[in-house]
Amino acid sequence: MEYNFIHSLIDNTILAIILITLLPLGFVVIYALIAILGELKIASFVQERLGPMRTGWKGTMQPVAEVVKLLQKEDITPDAADKPLFNLAPFLMFAGAFAGFAVIPFSPFFIPANIELGLFYLFAIGSLAVIGLVMGGWASNNKYSLLGAMRSVAQIISYEVPAAMAILTVAMMANSLNLNEISANQSGWFWNWYIFGGPGPIWKIFFIPFTIGIALIYLVSSLAETNRTPFDIPEGESEIVAGYHTEYSGMKFAMFFFAEYANMFIVASIISYLFFGGWNSPFGDFLNYWWMQPIWFILKSFFFVFVAIWLRWTLPRLRVDQLMYMSWKVLLPMSFLCFLVLGIYMMLI
Amino acid sequence: MVNYFKNIWLGIYTVLVGMKLTLIHLFQRNVTIQYPDERYPIPDNARNRLYLDPDLCDACNRCVRACPVKCITVESIRAVPGKTPSLKNGDKRNMWVTLYQIDFAKCCFCGLCTEPCPTNAINHTTEFEYSSYKREDLIYTFVKMSDEEKAQKLKELEEWQASKKKAADEAKAKEDSNKKEVNKE
Repeated sequence: MEYNFIHSLIDNTILAIILITLLPLGFVVIYALIAILGELKIASFVQERLGPMRTGWKGTMQPVAEVVKLLQKEDITPDAADKPLFNLAPFLMFAGAFAGFAVIPFSPFFIPANIELGLFYLFAIGSLAVIGLVMGGWASNNKYSLLGAMRSVAQIISYEVPAAMAILTVAMMANSLNLNEISANQSGWFWNWYIFGGPGPIWKIFFIPFTIGIALIYLVSSLAETNRTPFDIPEGESEIVAGYHTEYSGMKFAMFFFAEYANMFIVASIISYLFFGGWNSPFGDFLNYWWMQPIWFILKSFFFVFVAIWLRWTLPRLRVDQLMYMSWKVLLPMSFLCFLVLGIYMMLI
Repeated sequence: MVNYFKNIWLGIYTVLVGMKLTLIHLFQRNVTIQYPDERYPIPDNARNRLYLDPDLCDACNRCVRACPVKCITVESIRAVPGKTPSLKNGDKRNMWVTLYQIDFAKCCFCGLCTEPCPTNAINHTTEFEYSSYKREDLIYTFVKMSDEEKAQKLKELEEWQASKKKAADEAKAKEDSNKKEVNKE
């Protein structure tokens, strides 16, 4: 219970649990608004435009306006759709994304659920998104939705293999699946981060290319798992309308939207936990106070959300065969290689 | 095998090049102009909405004849010479303009009407924001005399014409009588 500062603040256990659940939810909502604004603004700055400028100061209230607009819209259920599944899919997807927040340690003093298999849980619950996608795509009774759903299944399942290998490598190096412990292992200066080989003797330099490689493999496959460009073929607008969420409107579409952004944050936080020290300050004891740790973590995660947006406005969409080539012929052998080399390193150390 | 690694390296390298390019553009100055708040300067010789100076127009109808889409309508009454105030630039006024309309829904901004105008009464302005919900609102009336004024102008003209005729008749009668006298002699 020392992992939750709320328990020490409030005696009533039920109230504390409700508060612990609501805190990440509030964070997700605020973060999603910031990410939508970031997406709009970064997109327009990359193209040397100004982006939304009319709502609020310099258009800062634009995401609020968009969410309100989505809530006002008519909630259409197609006649031929499988109604229970159709209605369930977006909520399942958001639930899957939100459930991931249960094990994310915002700081050593606030972890909603400090379980030993945190990383494994996160990976398992992340796969729930696929079920939501397939459910939505299939129940829409629309060929484009079905095509999108099939593409997303093919994509997410293939990219889960290299992502799992990358996570396994770090779990092997950290000797733990608990995110808080993995983060605590990387305390100190930034050269203790797992992207720089983790804490170890000086000759770990020779293994740094492999740790950077494994981080890169995870970054690429995480982009594919969250359906971000260049891997957005399940929703490719120019090919299959909008993919699995073609038939959705209003609130349910907003749920898909929120789920996508929540998944982006989860993936970014996994990257920052596994490779970039999580809630640790990069500079030893500099600004490494208890109140600064969640800020470091959120900054690092936001940076990787930014990288995802940055990549979106840089790269065009892959073809399906290129996607499969990338997963099975490049990422997977490379992740095996890195796993093997880093395994030898762990034996030597 | 070499080709495979070369491809991977090329993939990573080209992505980094692209990311560098987008990052440079991210921090470059934006080119957007916030239109209703900021405007791009319009050159003075831009051909936008036409303007007619009613004090310069002599209803010579040259603009009507020049217009390729027939969007200008001019009606006029002949002015009484001598009594009529001259044009703004000092020229003699020959005609009263009773109606001068331009239909900007038809106007093609060719500028052909401005060229033959002897007094430079019709000109292009830089004004271009005048869209409206009805086509009728695009018919601009620059001069329109009221019916009373028109009637008065007509009456003046008729009186002058009548007096002129009378004078002519008198002169003719006088001439005739002169002739008769000549004949008598």
